[in-house]
Amino acid sequence: MTSLGISQIVVYFLIILAITKPVGTFLFRVFEGERTFLHPVLRPLEKLIYWAGGVREGEEQSWVRYSASLISLSIFSVLFVYVLQRLQGHLPLNPMHFSTPHAPPNATAMTPDLAFNTAVSFVTNTNWQSYSPDTTVSYLTQMAALAVQNFVSAAVGIAVAVALIRGFARHTAKTIGNFWVDVTRCTVYILLPICILATLFFVWQGCIQNFKGPVTATTLEGSTQVIEQGPLASQLAIKMLGTNGGGFFNANSAHPYENPTPLSNMFQLLLIFALGAGLTYMFGKAVRDTRQGWAIFAAMSVMFLVGAFICYGAEQRGNPMLTSMGVEHAYTGSQPGGNMEGKEVRFGNAMTALFATVTTDASCGAVVAMHDSFTPIGGLVPLFNIQTDEVIFGGVGAGLYSMLIYVIVAVFIGGLMVGRTPEYVGKKIEQKEVKMAIIAVLATSFVILGFTALSSVAPFAKNGYWNAPGPATANLNNNGAHGFSEILYAYSSGAGNNGSAFAGINANTPWYNLTLALDMLVGRFLFIIPALAIAGSLAGKKLIPTTAGTLPTTGTLFVVLLIGTVVIVGALTYFPALSLGPIVEHFQMLGGKLF
Amino acid sequence: MSSVTTPTPPADRRPDTRQESASLISKGVRARPLFDPEILRRAIKESFVKLNPRLVAKNPVMFVVEVGAALTTVFVIKDAIAHAGGVFFGVQIAFWLWFTVVFANFAEAMAEARGKAQADALRKTKTDTVARKIRPDGCFEMVPASRLRSGDVCQCEVGDLIPGDGEVVEGVASVDESVITGESAPVIRESGGDRSAVTGGTKVLSDHIKVRITSNPGETFLDRMIALVEGAVRQKTPNEIALNILIAGLTLIFLMAVATLPPYAKYAIQAVGKGSAPTVAVLVSLLVCLIPTTIGGLLSAIGIAGMDRVMQHNVLAMSGKAVEASGDVNTLLLDKTGTITLGNRQAVEFITVDGVNERDLADAAQLSSLADETPEGRSIVVLAKEKYNFRGREVAEHEAHFIPFSAYTRMSGVDIDGRRLRKGATDAITQFVKAAGGAVPPSLSEISDRISRNGGTPLAVADNRRVLGIVHLKDIVKGGMKERLASLRAMGIRSVMITGDNPLTAAAIAQEAGVDDFLAQATPKDKLEYIKKEQAEGRLVAMTGDGTNDAPALAQADVGVAMNTGTMAAKEAGNMVDLDSNPTKLIEVVAIGKQLLITRGSLTTFSIANDVAKYFAIIPAMFAPIYPELNKLNIMGLHSPQSAVLAAVIFNALIIIALVPLALRGVQYKPVSAGQMLTRNLLIYGLGGIIVPFPGIWLIDKILVALHLA
Repeated sequence: MTSLGISQIVVYFLIILAITKPVGTFLFRVFEGERTFLHPVLRPLEKLIYWAGGVREGEEQSWVRYSASLISLSIFSVLFVYVLQRLQGHLPLNPMHFSTPHAPPNATAMTPDLAFNTAVSFVTNTNWQSYSPDTTVSYLTQMAALAVQNFVSAAVGIAVAVALIRGFARHTAKTIGNFWVDVTRCTVYILLPICILATLFFVWQGCIQNFKGPVTATTLEGSTQVIEQGPLASQLAIKMLGTNGGGFFNANSAHPYENPTPLSNMFQLLLIFALGAGLTYMFGKAVRDTRQGWAIFAAMSVMFLVGAFICYGAEQRGNPMLTSMGVEHAYTGSQPGGNMEGKEVRFGNAMTALFATVTTDASCGAVVAMHDSFTPIGGLVPLFNIQTDEVIFGGVGAGLYSMLIYVIVAVFIGGLMVGRTPEYVGKKIEQKEVKMAIIAVLATSFVILGFTALSSVAPFAKNGYWNAPGPATANLNNNGAHGFSEILYAYSSGAGNNGSAFAGINANTPWYNLTLALDMLVGRFLFIIPALAIAGSLAGKKLIPTTAGTLPTTGTLFVVLLIGTVVIVGALTYFPALSLGPIVEHFQMLGGKLF
Repeated sequence: MSSVTTPTPPADRRPDTRQESASLISKGVRARPLFDPEILRRAIKESFVKLNPRLVAKNPVMFVVEVGAALTTVFVIKDAIAHAGGVFFGVQIAFWLWFTVVFANFAEAMAEARGKAQADALRKTKTDTVARKIRPDGCFEMVPASRLRSGDVCQCEVGDLIPGDGEVVEGVASVDESVITGESAPVIRESGGDRSAVTGGTKVLSDHIKVRITSNPGETFLDRMIALVEGAVRQKTPNEIALNILIAGLTLIFLMAVATLPPYAKYAIQAVGKGSAPTVAVLVSLLVCLIPTTIGGLLSAIGIAGMDRVMQHNVLAMSGKAVEASGDVNTLLLDKTGTITLGNRQAVEFITVDGVNERDLADAAQLSSLADETPEGRSIVVLAKEKYNFRGREVAEHEAHFIPFSAYTRMSGVDIDGRRLRKGATDAITQFVKAAGGAVPPSLSEISDRISRNGGTPLAVADNRRVLGIVHLKDIVKGGMKERLASLRAMGIRSVMITGDNPLTAAAIAQEAGVDDFLAQATPKDKLEYIKKEQAEGRLVAMTGDGTNDAPALAQADVGVAMNTGTMAAKEAGNMVDLDSNPTKLIEVVAIGKQLLITRGSLTTFSIANDVAKYFAIIPAMFAPIYPELNKLNIMGLHSPQSAVLAAVIFNALIIIALVPLALRGVQYKPVSAGQMLTRNLLIYGLGGIIVPFPGIWLIDKILVALHLA
């Protein structure tokens, strides 16, 4: 590790630390319905939306109605995105003529299974892309279907977190807020304003924003290159801020148009954590003890920094096999050193490792490098981040509500150890909360492990409908343990609603498209519904006063307990699978075998 | 009137004379050795009977183990018939898996057997006595006790067993209640008041009483007690259910983690072109090692043992829920008298007003108290005797007319030889003196106020129209009470003193005893309101009570401990009965409740933490044939794949047995703050749980190799 690399990671963290309180305070005010400096401009828009949607602003919902509203919006969204994609050939803003007879020869067909997978992917805030956007989707699909869902799915995630926060903050209440109001306020006061500013920033840095088709250029070497264009900058901001991660281009944020400079890179990284970090402060404020929020922030920060430095360390150390061959790949003034396979020189090892860690801490899934090309340990960090349900700041909203589910498990056991039935921020943690928390943790691990197992052995016939290349493992670019890591990563990424790919797997077949869609749906909704059920149950409970006998949930001890719970539950669940993937790969690399 | 001598306290068992134990959890009166041979024999037999799948099915974790054991057995038999290799290994795995279930059963059976042993002891006392039933015409009729109904009245003579639960309606007798309480000293039972309840099966030692039966056959206190200790009415407590959900959920996760291994292995074998898939025995071994068998096997034993520990303190909990709730208590309502202070106020000083000889005051005070049977009155007589040697004075030769205390006059006294001696509340005496035309010196109210402020009770004494002075009555706070209340505060429990005293007096005693709050001039209704207010603020309240007027508050409190000497109504209303009738014991009950919860949490943590080492034993053993590189994970240097798996399974089984004593006794509990407690338990059971299995498995591996078992 170099001091420059270390300082980049540290500076990034310090900025996040600095913005947590202001962002959290603003979030709190917005969701409490308090007046903010944006109200003079945006309040009419908010009111217009309520009027158009027939929403009664003051009317609150029980957790069941809140969930029903959320699910109805999600079903509608999936249908809308599906239909728009299937019809894109007949719709405007399609300069490349995708899904028409005039499509370029390398274009990907928008098949029903691919359209369904993509619809589910964007509605669940996953942004897994089984296709290459440059050769598959029209500008209209990108803008009206995918980018809209980037906003909506982010707002839905935040709404769930806000509802769960209300569950902890309220007492003897029957309702947890109004879903439509929460989603509207989130979009109008938070996502839109920040994205407008961020878009301008990205355009300034060199991101493109137009409706033109690709241009063909002749390179210095005399070969021709097709350079894609399109309305990119406007989608880039929400891709990061909403932790969606679906790239406008296939190369995602590694593409020079999608991430032109180190500064744009740093800004993208900040957008990923901004709302997730702010929500921890909002939580503390809502439960009338900001230390509670900072404790969660601290647990997340420790896990973030440890992961980032493990990943960076592994990447900067590089590959011992190269060293043994006498290749000099240590850092010098003239070269970054370390494992630079699949990395952009303009970002280097530290920023790439940081990006890989942040994007998987936060269920974003945007990438600046191919995680597939990382060292085994460097690749293990993103994978483990996803498998622990992305609780490190996390997907917008999802990070906090997932972390609070782990908090419930942690205080349940920790609370007993101080001789009281468990409680957290004044709420008793009882049967219902434990049951719902277990359902959430159980559901994700079931689909990740189950689908990985099926895909490891599924014997499809070659050129069949389900998986044309043959058995499910025929789609892998690598064999052996690394191929296994690719499958495991894909389903982890889907269920974790991350959407980043380890790459190295061709997932655009009905088998992968449909199983991954199911994987994403389970990972999203079997986490959200239990979280809302917990919110409803907690909101109805009495507030218990804190005494010296109460489990302290603000100090170092609690932070350790929480981290321990997350890591141990994650490690125990996935250790056997990981041992057959990245862990054995690591030992193989040390023994001189590569993929 | 006969001669009056210095009275001695009655033979009543007075809680205040009892030695308070220094620790929060004192040695139980009924403590049995942990491994009593008879109980052990019974438990071992039961642990095999409990292998019945229908019984095991109640415990999801152990059910999975049993199914795994059965599955392994079937495959071993299959292999044996086919003369396949690895049969000896399979047989050993199957053996240890079965014994994992047996060990868990043993833990539960031990806890149950201890309860049953107690029930048997109780049942022996249920000999069918013959009752002397009093017919409406007043004649006796001899009927078997089992035919008595509620409302029947019986006569009980010396040596009789009282035929059923009831109330003394006539007479007073000393009764041996050792059957119920384990305490051999006889107790006084008398009609009227709060000492009228008698329990079936107890023995009349002197005098005779008439008892009105209050329970029907099969519903007596003794019947309920037997049912409770036998666990016939045992239900899982809410927290136990929630914990069960958690460990069942973990079991499902591990089931999935293990069930997906054969496909993963199949892929890997295909990829590297060598190795073999893990066998059923190895897969089941991994599963059993991972699922929380330790807590799964010990959970019900912990619950039963908690009830049993309460019982050993001579407290009868009506449900496990009550014991659990006592760990959660935020507020303890403690009666001042008998709990915080010694049973009664005592005269400590005679304070004269100007110009009065102290001797005169003592004389007048003693004379006026000679007929006063209250403890306060007696203490005045005693103090006068100690100070001025006034004793055994014949009052019969004088014309003495005793005036008893009345709530209306708030005075008592004696008219003797033309003197009207009165003692009573300061304002009452003031009125009395003024009515007689006397003057009240201003120092009277000064002295009176000063005593009140210091928590004492001033008792003014007057001779006709002359005020003599004041007797200072003082509440004596029990030794060690302040420390115990401080330790409660460390645990986050507020103590509230309930007293009928005026606020000034109450405040002074509250300060002296170190309680957090007090409720002065408390009526039963005030008590009830206070409990409701605390509960509305989310606090759990515990209290003790004995009188009928305590019943509503006892019922309202989350933990209501009724005194066994109390009325039936109080006992029915509470959810615990203290057979020793020692109100201070509430503190111990709280400690037991906490200890129960801590034991559960600690063993759960331990159980999960253990998995780390087991992974390091089994995963390399399982996959090294495919990826030899994974042998690097064999950090314990275990001998062979088979010895590694076997060692992990054996460790997993033995740890259950090793922790049975801990589950039955409960983990060590000290009244410290939650933070300190968590640090301590996380270090011991969390960190310890991660570390301990490494040397444990390593050692078992070495032994297996030495014995040529693997």
